[in-house]
Order: sequence, then structure tokens, then C-alpha cells
Amino acid sequence: MNHLPLIIKREYLTKVKNKSFIIMTILSPIIMIALISVVAYLSQLNNNKTRVISVLDESGIVKDVFKNSENTTYHILEKNMSLDDAKSKVEKSSNYGLLHIEKFDDMDTLSKHIKFYSEESPSLTLISGLESRIEKKLTNLRLQQKGVDIEMIKASKVNVNIGQESFEGEKTSKIDSVVKLIFGGISGYLLFMFIIIYGNMIMRSVIEEKTSRIIEVIISSVKPVQLMLGKIIGTSLAGITQFVVWLILGSILMTIVSAIFGIDMAQSPQQDMMQQAMENPDVNMQVQDVLTAFYNLPIANLIIAFILFFISGYLLYSSLYAAIGAAVDNETDTQQFMLPILMPLILAVYIGVFTVIEDPHGTVSTIFSFIPLTSPVVMLMRIPFGVPLWQQLLSLFILIATFILTVWFAAKIYRVGILMYGKKPSYKELIKWIKY
Amino acid sequence: MNNLLVTHSVSKNFGNFKALNNVSIEVPKGSIFGLLGPNGAGKTTLLRIINQITMPDTGTVHLDGELLNEKHIKDIGYLPEERGLYKSMKVGEQALYLAQLKGLSKAEAKTRLKFWFERLEIGDWWNKRIQELSKGMAQKIQFVVTVLHEPKLLIFDEPFSGFDPINANLIKDEILRLRENGATIIFSTHRMESVEELCDDITLLHQSNKILDGKLVDVKRKYKTNTYEIGIKTNDNAILQQELSEKFSVSKANFKTLDNELKLNIKLNKDDKPNDFLSYLTSKGEVSHFVELIPSVNDIFIQTVKNS
Repeated sequence: MNHLPLIIKREYLTKVKNKSFIIMTILSPIIMIALISVVAYLSQLNNNKTRVISVLDESGIVKDVFKNSENTTYHILEKNMSLDDAKSKVEKSSNYGLLHIEKFDDMDTLSKHIKFYSEESPSLTLISGLESRIEKKLTNLRLQQKGVDIEMIKASKVNVNIGQESFEGEKTSKIDSVVKLIFGGISGYLLFMFIIIYGNMIMRSVIEEKTSRIIEVIISSVKPVQLMLGKIIGTSLAGITQFVVWLILGSILMTIVSAIFGIDMAQSPQQDMMQQAMENPDVNMQVQDVLTAFYNLPIANLIIAFILFFISGYLLYSSLYAAIGAAVDNETDTQQFMLPILMPLILAVYIGVFTVIEDPHGTVSTIFSFIPLTSPVVMLMRIPFGVPLWQQLLSLFILIATFILTVWFAAKIYRVGILMYGKKPSYKELIKWIKY
Repeated sequence: MNNLLVTHSVSKNFGNFKALNNVSIEVPKGSIFGLLGPNGAGKTTLLRIINQITMPDTGTVHLDGELLNEKHIKDIGYLPEERGLYKSMKVGEQALYLAQLKGLSKAEAKTRLKFWFERLEIGDWWNKRIQELSKGMAQKIQFVVTVLHEPKLLIFDEPFSGFDPINANLIKDEILRLRENGATIIFSTHRMESVEELCDDITLLHQSNKILDGKLVDVKRKYKTNTYEIGIKTNDNAILQQELSEKFSVSKANFKTLDNELKLNIKLNKDDKPNDFLSYLTSKGEVSHFVELIPSVNDIFIQTVKNS
């Protein structure tokens, strides 16, 4: 008799109806959004404060580069004021700091004697901003001194961008690789998170029958394989439900919060810099490149592969958790088995980041994209670089076969485990059980 | 086919431990079959094999003439000794789920559950969670779930544990009623008085072997020792006692009477007839007590286990 749908339904409903599950589902996005809002609000507060910076330019050659901006106002001090006077004046006022440029005839000496005085240590972005402005000005001045026409330099600048193309005519670029890396990284990270969050849930669900002692009643009506499979699928569905609710609730809350408080979540100090950079035609080109790189990805293949590998990978790891649950009587006994499960996952992420990017079709990457425990992450990272279909299918087949094998194995442990109440299983014992 | 369940030299090993050694049992249709034995004798293992929880290493099990297979799951109702229910599920939902696992449709299960809940007067528990119920209450629900799909074979492992005397009686009556309705029942317990009361057949397992089986009356007949408990009033008890000791093996009996009678257990010789013995006694004095001593299941149990 096939009870699988019935078991899945029960597992799903008991999980979803569980009070703590409901509370977590609703509370998590609220807490997340609240945290993000607080951080965004605080950084905006910080950002909105206009900084006044006094500039004591004894040389008199750089002061014209300091143009007031939205967040920063420059207060140019009298040229012949002494440094001590300036310091005490700035200290008394609520100015952010004092930039002191000493007068030297030699440009090199001058550049080495620029100092910034302030109460607290100044922010990194501010200092580097000042540095680049002064640098640019001084460089131009020196070029002029040497009689070089700056306009000519600008005009004669050449930008080189080597276009990459495979023999099949597929165009790629440096930026492509980065986009691919990001895609692979996100998939791997998502899988990692999913397994950590929901793996335990599956394990607990498998132990449930033992702690409530209903196991013999259940196992006399249902085959352990069906029970395992039902538990894995039911719990996974509950996990996916929670995840989807999080996504939806999160985005709704995000919209509401930003509408009410007028906080533009996306706006951060970094964005200012981005905007500045955008005005630069070089960067603008790069953004274009990123977009084309994105469109160049084998999108359909990626999406299908992502869904298939994500689900199968998740199921495989779930079945490992189920096997642990099957082997032990209570949760405290599970600790010793946790590390070996997470290890291959961590390994997969490392291989993905360090090897696949360097050499996506090299031996190491290829081998690990077939080994079932690492393939969901490594293969997902390889696919954007173009993997032959047969390789993808083979890897997927191995993955699913391993999953089924693990469930079967977990069921076997489960059946034998019933007869060994209260005995803490060792690895040796487990191997013995398989032989029954 | 008179036997519903037949196991044929079933053996099971766990590692080096022999849990069952060539055990054959025959459970007649419509009977209550007592599966007895001291702790660790292999009763639970045998019941698990019948429920297809574990497979025997060697030997076969037939149910209703067919080799035991997956479709027989719905023909068996099993109330294990280690039992429990999902703690966080509601009573009704849970009973429905378990009934559906045994192959009942949801509607059918619901009708039957309503019937049983009413009968055991637990109708208002439907929406309670198991964790809100007492142990005895949960046991009742487990009983209902076990019998709900009206299986041919019911297996009760210590069904009365956790019940107060009133509820134990209620369950006992239900078990008898189920037998009347045609179910065959395997009953495993350590409470010998309920075996005495309920069982038609018994099998005794000891250290993985079957050491005794048969109809309860036959077993008793076999184990009876032709011993009679007598009470007799004479002018001189000592003389009669002397006389009796010469003819039979005699021991002191303990029972309460009103007068100062001679109270003895007398084991008759092989060919002696009780009637002749009684008339012999009446010739000696006034007989106030004459009872054949039939061994109780308890006695048989202890004796057999000790001797083997």
C-alpha cells in the first residue's frame, strides 16, 4: 500500500500547524526588517550630519579643489593664521577637523607634510577622498610646471578591453567570470543555509516516533522507506513554505517600512560613492558589461539546473540527517554525527570558490562536480561557464541515486534501531546494522 | 483451514544472540491465544515477525493459508507493549491518520471512530491533544485505533497495563466481544489470572524455545496430579491421617473451615478413582470438603519454566 501522500500530508500539516513554527515564520522577517531599518536609519542619521572641515592652506595652491558638497562644508581659513591658533579655533567650534597644508616650494616635500587634525579619528572614506583630490591637483600642477598640456593627456588616453570568445563563438569577458562566480556563490550559499536551517528539523522529525513510542504501531503499518521519504518530503515542503513566506512577508514589510518612515533602504553612503563613480564614463561602461554578461549567461539552463540540483542536493543532505535520526534515540546523541555531514558541504564551497573560478573545467572541478555530496554546489558553480549536457545529467543522476540509496540505508538503520532501544550507536555498530 | 495463523519453525538471531529457535505456533480461528513466557523469552520478537517489523532468519509465517505479505498489514491489528501516540496531534486527527494507514478511507474511519468513541464514552476527547490526556486515556485511544479497521487477527501485548480495574474490565469485555464477532486474538501478558480467564489456547516460550503449547484445558489436564483437597471430621483425626499417609502421598492443606477438621492434600495413586476415594472417606467420617486441585496457569508457568 502506498501511504506516502498520507505521510507527507501529516508531516507537513503537523509542522506547519506547530505554534513555534508559526511564530518563527512570522517573527523572523519582522526582526530582520526591524534590524535592517535600525541600521539604515542610524547610518542615514550619521550621513545627514553636515561635516565642517576647516582648511588651513599655507601654500595657497590647493584650496580651490575643496568644493562644498551635500555632506561636507569646507571652511577656508586665513592663509597667514598660525597652526596653533587654527587648532584652538577649530577645537572650540564644533568643526569636524582641520586640514593643514604647509608651504613648501618643492612639491614632494609639500605632499609629505599634509596633516589632518581632529578630535576623533576621521572616517576612512573622508581621508581617502581628500587625498585623491589633493593628489589630482598636485599632479596637474606639476605637469603644468613641466610644460605638459593636460588636455592633450586626456585626449590621448586609450582604454583597452580584451574581448574573449570561445571557439564556438560564445563571447565572454572578465566581468562574465565575476557574474558567474556570484551566481554560483549565491546558489551554494542558499543551499548551505537551507540545509543548516532545515536539516535539524528533519532529524528531529525522524526521532519523533521513537520519543513518543509510537514507532512500533507505525512501523507495523508502514514500510520504513515510505516513512523516511514521507518525512523528508513533508518537512522539506514545510521548510520551503516557511522560506517563501519569509520572502513575501519580508518584501511587503520592507515596502511598508520604507513608505512610512521614508527611509530608502537602498541608499547608503556607499551609494553616494557609486553615484559619483557612475558619472565616470569608464564605470558606466562596466555596468553595461555586467548587464550583458548577465544576459550572456545560459539563463534557461541555469534556472533548470539550479532547481534540479538545489532540490536533489537538499534531499540528499536531508536523507543524511534522516539517517542520523534513524540511528539515535534522542537528540543529545546526534552531536557526534553532525560534523561529518557539514564537512563535505564546506569543502564544496571552498572548491567552488578557489578551484572552479581558476579552472572551471579542470580535473578537480570536474571530479567534484560528480561526487554527490559536493556536486550540488560545485556543479552549480560550473554551469555558468558552460558544462556539456551529458555531464550535468550524469551528475544529477548520481545525486538522485545516492539520495535514494541513503533513504534506503536510513530505513534499514531505522528498522534495526527499533530493536536496540537505549543503546548508543557507534559507527562500528552502524556498519553491523547495514549487514542485517 | 482451522488455523488463522501458523508459524513454521521460525528462528531469529540478533548477532550472536538467538532470539527465537524453531518456534512453531498454530492459532486457531476465533480463539484467544495466550503467548506466555518469562521476560526475554522471545515473545515480542515473535510478535514483531508476525507484524512484519522484522523478518525471520528461517521459517515461514502463514496467515489464513497465505504466506505473510505486505497486503496482510490491514488484516492485523497490533497493540505493542511499547506504545505511544504523537504528543502534539489532536486525538481525532491522530486516530484518523492511523486508521488511514491501515487502509481505511477517511470517511469510513470517521464513522467508525465516532461509534467507538461513543461506546467508550470518550467522544469529547476528539479535539484534545494527546499530551493533555492521562496515560489510561491514551491507552483507550490506542485500543480503539488497534481494533478500528476490524482486522482478522488482533495482537495485544500487555493490553491491561496502565488501566484501572474498571477500565481493564471494560477492555476485557471488548476483547471478548471482538472474539464473538469473529476476530482471532493473540494475547501476550504476564498477568496469569487474565490468561486463566480469557485464553482458549496457550503457548509458553522460554529462552527462545517453545516449551509448552495446546488448549488450556488440555494443558491443565496434562499437568493435574490427581490431587484432592479434603476436609473431614472424625472422632480421631490422627488415626485417619496415619491411615491415609500409608496409602497415598499426603501433605497439609490450608483452607478456612468452621470446625476443627482434618485438612489434607491427597495425591491419589495412578489407578484410583475419585468416587471410590470419596466413598472411602465418607465411611471414615463427615466429609465437609472435597475438591480436585487443578493447577493454575501460574503454577504451570512456574513449574515448566523451572524444569526446563
